[in-house]
Amino acid sequence: MENIIAKSPEHISREELIALQKLENQKAKIKRRSETGILIGANVVMAILILLPLLYAISIAFMPSSELFTTAMNLIPQHPTLENFHQALVKVPLVRFVINSFVVAACITFGQIISCSLAAFSFSFLEFKGKNILFMIVMATMMIPGEATIISNYLTVSGWKWLDSYQVLIVPYLTSAMGIFLFRQFYMSFPISLYESAKIDGCSNIRFIFRILLPLTKSAIGAMAVYTFINAWNMYMWPLLVTGSNELRTVQIGIGMLDSVDSQSITLMIAGVVMIILPSISIFIVGQKQLIRGMFSGAVKG
Amino acid sequence: MKDKSLIKRFGAYGYVVPAMLVFAVFLFYPFFKTIYLSMYKTNKMGEAKLFVGLGNYIDLLTSKSFYNSIAVTVIFVLIVVTGSMLLGLIAAVLCNKTFPGIRFFSTAYALPMAIASSSAAMIFKIMLHPSIGIVNKLLHLDINWINDPKYALVCVAVLTAWLNSGINFLYFSAGLSNIDESIYERASVDGANEVQKFFQLTLPGLSPIMFYTLVVNIIQAFQSFGQVKVLTQGGPGESTNLIVYSIYRDAFFNFRFGSAAAQSVILFALIMCLTLVMFKVEKKGVQY
Repeated sequence: MENIIAKSPEHISREELIALQKLENQKAKIKRRSETGILIGANVVMAILILLPLLYAISIAFMPSSELFTTAMNLIPQHPTLENFHQALVKVPLVRFVINSFVVAACITFGQIISCSLAAFSFSFLEFKGKNILFMIVMATMMIPGEATIISNYLTVSGWKWLDSYQVLIVPYLTSAMGIFLFRQFYMSFPISLYESAKIDGCSNIRFIFRILLPLTKSAIGAMAVYTFINAWNMYMWPLLVTGSNELRTVQIGIGMLDSVDSQSITLMIAGVVMIILPSISIFIVGQKQLIRGMFSGAVKG
Repeated sequence: MKDKSLIKRFGAYGYVVPAMLVFAVFLFYPFFKTIYLSMYKTNKMGEAKLFVGLGNYIDLLTSKSFYNSIAVTVIFVLIVVTGSMLLGLIAAVLCNKTFPGIRFFSTAYALPMAIASSSAAMIFKIMLHPSIGIVNKLLHLDINWINDPKYALVCVAVLTAWLNSGINFLYFSAGLSNIDESIYERASVDGANEVQKFFQLTLPGLSPIMFYTLVVNIIQAFQSFGQVKVLTQGGPGESTNLIVYSIYRDAFFNFRFGSAAAQSVILFALIMCLTLVMFKVEKKGVQY
């Protein structure tokens, strides 16, 4: 290249110029390729690191328990088996736990979407006295950690004889400040003229919410649904305190029944864990796009 | 006409009622009740029996165990916040430029946020198992991670950092996508290398979301419970007895609801102060 640069522009021939261009293009291409290669390599390393616990769990879940107890490296099961899953289902009523968790998580999700969208509607479309103060109070509730109220809540529900019931798992979680905030954020960018013209046409508020507002803010609902469902599915402390019987245990508590000192049952326990992680991961993967779009549309931008 | 305006005037409140009712019964009322309980000695049913004023607080502030809880919690929060933010940041930087397979990787990095703390703790329990666990095998070590007071807290913290890294990845990815691409091009023309670009452009560009992420992470780390319960039960000794776990133990094993309530109030005050201080500092402008 230097000898070409050394030549003055007048002396450079067309062929030389084209050759030079080709050479430089190739160099850039190689550079770009190697950069992408390094990037992918770094990503593979990072992904393995992040996914290691999950991959390891899946591997153990398929491992006969005799294979687990060796000092040799045993990353991949030599004789994969489904026995662990079968045994886990037999040993504890896992199906029952899964149904319980589904019922609870679905009710909480549905309830939060309704109560939060109604409240957010009022906060963004209607005018009433004390609106701003009320909204600030709602936002302030985000500062109260659940653990600061859990003792009193436990005493309240046990006073009501609610322990060991579906409602005790559901009712306390039927609304959330974050949900109200998220929906309000969406409704603020909703064209107010649409609301006004609906009103002029004699559309009631309730009708407006369910026929126009909710259908047009599906992405907020999607984000909210994914987030709430996963959180409800993964709930731990509250179900631990308020449920005692097998009939009402949720998956996160129920799976603990497989967690015994009996070393033979390690593979069972991990098989159980894999089974209960699966629903939340699937929902996350399916709803990830919705979740991200909902979470970051204006809500926490800069 | 008057009726209609009445509906109009109070109708607006109607939509807020369901949400406020739940807040009132399960958040405001128990919040004040916790403060109330913290000034009483209670019986086993959790009924306030004897007014002791600040007695519970004084007991706590003179107990070694409580100071241990605070110290353990602070160390825990420091490790968790640093670890989870670093993991999230590295992952987000790796996924900043597009390349084949990026969707798979970004899903992988966000995935820990979908996993329950208790399930994750069970997996880590096996990974850290002294004889069959993969960690000792891979590192050729022979450490009893969970039963050694030196390591137990770090183990729980690393697990929590991993759990929390998923959402941090999302925050930082959103932050990175807000940075104007053209400043990188200009920096390249000026001959800046990747490291310089990262510290001079990327980090300052992330500072607004960094702050938000920091606040959320600290609050979240303070509330870790499931992983402690499953992995260490606060032990060995009291080496992983985080405040939240200590509250749980005091209330539901020792039936000292008053003392547990006092700890809850202190926990709340701690988080509140931290958040306020952070917002103060942010307002003063740590903008780069």
